Amino acid sequence: MSGGVDSAVAAARAVEAGHEVVGVHLALSRMPGTLRTGSRGCCTIEDSMDAQRAANIIGIPYYVWDFSERFKLDVVDDFIAEYAAGRTPNPCMRCNERIKFAALLDKAIDLGFDAVCTGHYASIQTDAAGNRELHRASAWAKDQSYVLGVLTAEQLEHSMFPLGETPSKAEVRAEAAERGFSVATKPDSYDICFIPDGDTRGWLAERVPASAGDILDREGNTLGRHEGAAAFTVGQRKGLQIGTPAADGKPRFVLEVRPITNTVVVGPKEALAIGLIAGSKFTWTGLAPEHPGIAFDCDVQIRAHADPVPAVAQVVSVPVPAGADSAGAGATDAGAIELVITPREPLTGVAPGQTAVLYVGTRVLGQCTIDRTVSAVPVPSAAVEPAPVAVPAARA
Amino acid sequence: MSIYLDHAATTPMLPAAIEAYVDAMSVVGNPASIHSQGQNAKRMLEEARETVARSVGCDPIEVVFTGGGTEAINLALKGLFWARAPRRRILVPGGEHHATMDTVEWLENHDGAEPGWLPLDRAGRVDPARVADALGTGAEDVALLSLLAANNEVGTLQPVAEIGEIAAVHGIPVHIDAVSAYGQVPIDFRALSGAGRTGASGGAGGSAGGIVALSLSAHKIGGPVGIGALVLSRRASIVPLIHGGGQQRQVRSGTQDVAAAVAFAAAASALGDVPARNVHLRALRDRLIAGVLAVVPTAVLNGAAPDGPDEQRLPGNAHFTFPGCEGESLLFLLDAAGISVSTGSACQAGIPEPSHVLRAMGRSEAEARSALRITLGRDSTGADVDAFLAALPAAHAQASRAGMNDRVPTR
Repeated sequence: MSGGVDSAVAAARAVEAGHEVVGVHLALSRMPGTLRTGSRGCCTIEDSMDAQRAANIIGIPYYVWDFSERFKLDVVDDFIAEYAAGRTPNPCMRCNERIKFAALLDKAIDLGFDAVCTGHYASIQTDAAGNRELHRASAWAKDQSYVLGVLTAEQLEHSMFPLGETPSKAEVRAEAAERGFSVATKPDSYDICFIPDGDTRGWLAERVPASAGDILDREGNTLGRHEGAAAFTVGQRKGLQIGTPAADGKPRFVLEVRPITNTVVVGPKEALAIGLIAGSKFTWTGLAPEHPGIAFDCDVQIRAHADPVPAVAQVVSVPVPAGADSAGAGATDAGAIELVITPREPLTGVAPGQTAVLYVGTRVLGQCTIDRTVSAVPVPSAAVEPAPVAVPAARA
Repeated sequence: MSIYLDHAATTPMLPAAIEAYVDAMSVVGNPASIHSQGQNAKRMLEEARETVARSVGCDPIEVVFTGGGTEAINLALKGLFWARAPRRRILVPGGEHHATMDTVEWLENHDGAEPGWLPLDRAGRVDPARVADALGTGAEDVALLSLLAANNEVGTLQPVAEIGEIAAVHGIPVHIDAVSAYGQVPIDFRALSGAGRTGASGGAGGSAGGIVALSLSAHKIGGPVGIGALVLSRRASIVPLIHGGGQQRQVRSGTQDVAAAVAFAAAASALGDVPARNVHLRALRDRLIAGVLAVVPTAVLNGAAPDGPDEQRLPGNAHFTFPGCEGESLLFLLDAAGISVSTGSACQAGIPEPSHVLRAMGRSEAEARSALRITLGRDSTGADVDAFLAALPAAHAQASRAGMNDRVPTR
């Protein structure tokens, strides 16, 4: 129970469904703020008190469980390390993967509980054979199935999302008000809970060491200098401070951040269109596809609130890179396997570190942390990096 | 069914205290008023003050009622420190209650205080020789010394009289936090402070040395929450925290809470003969300790050995570490079984902290997370102890399965 309206209503519904429910608030910081500011929806003592008041009204016991050490290691430090490595991580997914449905669930099961129940907007359904499936919430606008894409079959067995079938958030708020919860009108939380003022860039700048490096074009020509590669995100246009304009006079955008060489690659907007994404860290949400090595149709979603895009996905063996000049970015261990996703129309605003979640209809099929992307627009001059050859993996 | 074994946190109000409280609340009159009703209120207040004074062997004028133990401790530490300016050093053992630790740290951060943390031994005891050492290497800059009479977590009694004598020799004022000792062991302020002490009489701008202040709280002995007292020797000079109408020797302004004082006094007068009363408590506790060590042989009893009338341990305190278990998990599982115990101290957000007392006693971080405190009160029965011992094995087995895995990354 975060202290927000969703988890409070979820807890109340779980009680009414006949479950024996205990309210647990996760302490994720050893130095919590005292009072909530702005749109923060968790992590302060005020939020913990809000959660407790809701638990009192529901009539369930309430405890604070301290996961601050795990949270720091698995979410906050990971967030910093990913940024320093030039990737764009999603800390909420990491928290679901490592804390809420891992450390918390493990502890709960060890202490005799059956499941973790949260206020996420997502729906668990069962297929004809009794396997659990994760689906989008009925309220598409509030759907949070994307951030739950990291759940495995085993985690789904021990998860409950009582808000999944609710038509709208307004309905949840109305129910909270009816139940007398003080948090019925509490603002939704946005942004990243451990960055109190919402200034992610400033927060990172204090934690990721920066050193000056080159800004290159796609052909490898040096266009200018930057103050630190990690400060740039793919798709960024402002703040490049390149003196000479592009030959065609059009604005330039960040296409790639290469932390190993501390360089930033820029190019025209069209080059942001991504024709292929791939990663070696992928999981299946529930039952895995029967033949993941054979290309299959799905939809791919690359951000929590992005639209899904039709795609073809396939698990392939990664060939041993030819030559020893693999430049680091995108290079994968020989013998590894990779999930390769080819959207039927190019994606924009996608960067390594982000998570691609695959859907079939409303069902969440699985997810993959993006290791590398391939532009849909070829580099004008000689190919700098040959597109990898997809080789079907042996059938499992 | 609910079994309460957390009497050190707070103990049920005595029926006599509740009755006295309610009766006194219906009496009108500000004890500072001159008219008859004010005088009546004043009479009730001063009778209460006399009763509380008797319970700790001090003069009534030395009892300064406060809003609780924490306020009494703040008044003693800040008030003595300010009165002793420009002296900067505050000698304090590690493992004190947060009311002391945090006040000393506040004085360090805001007022230039220099804490001298005194070590605890494995049983949680302060060695008087270390106090003598600390004062021997420059007592002139020491503003005060403060220590617990009995540790609120592990129950270890401190050699307060001996330490008080050492401080008196150097003219250093001493505050005793007697909140958890009150009602559990006899307290004789007159003897402790060496009333009529001659010689060590402060000097310019300073207080007299030795034990000059002692903090109490009503709700630890069956009185109400929200009232405590600082017993403050006539010899001590102190700077007040709260200014206003000049009540209580100008030390603690504010209209006095007659009803709370009356209820406090009702609980204090019910203490009676403390050692005799605690024979029962000690017997129950020894049964509990033996039972725990029998059903969970890996459990480790913390604090001083429970070895009879001269033991250096609170009679109602049992404190264990359960290696490989989170104290928090045990607390949760026992709570689910209807039994209320404690891990020690919790911060304001309800997060159990690793015991800073065990850390100060030289235990590891893991040991400090595996602590459980079981404290008995006057209403505790053999059936309570038996119910706890019956629930413990299953809770311990389950907490052992849960282990400490939320601390250390497992993947």
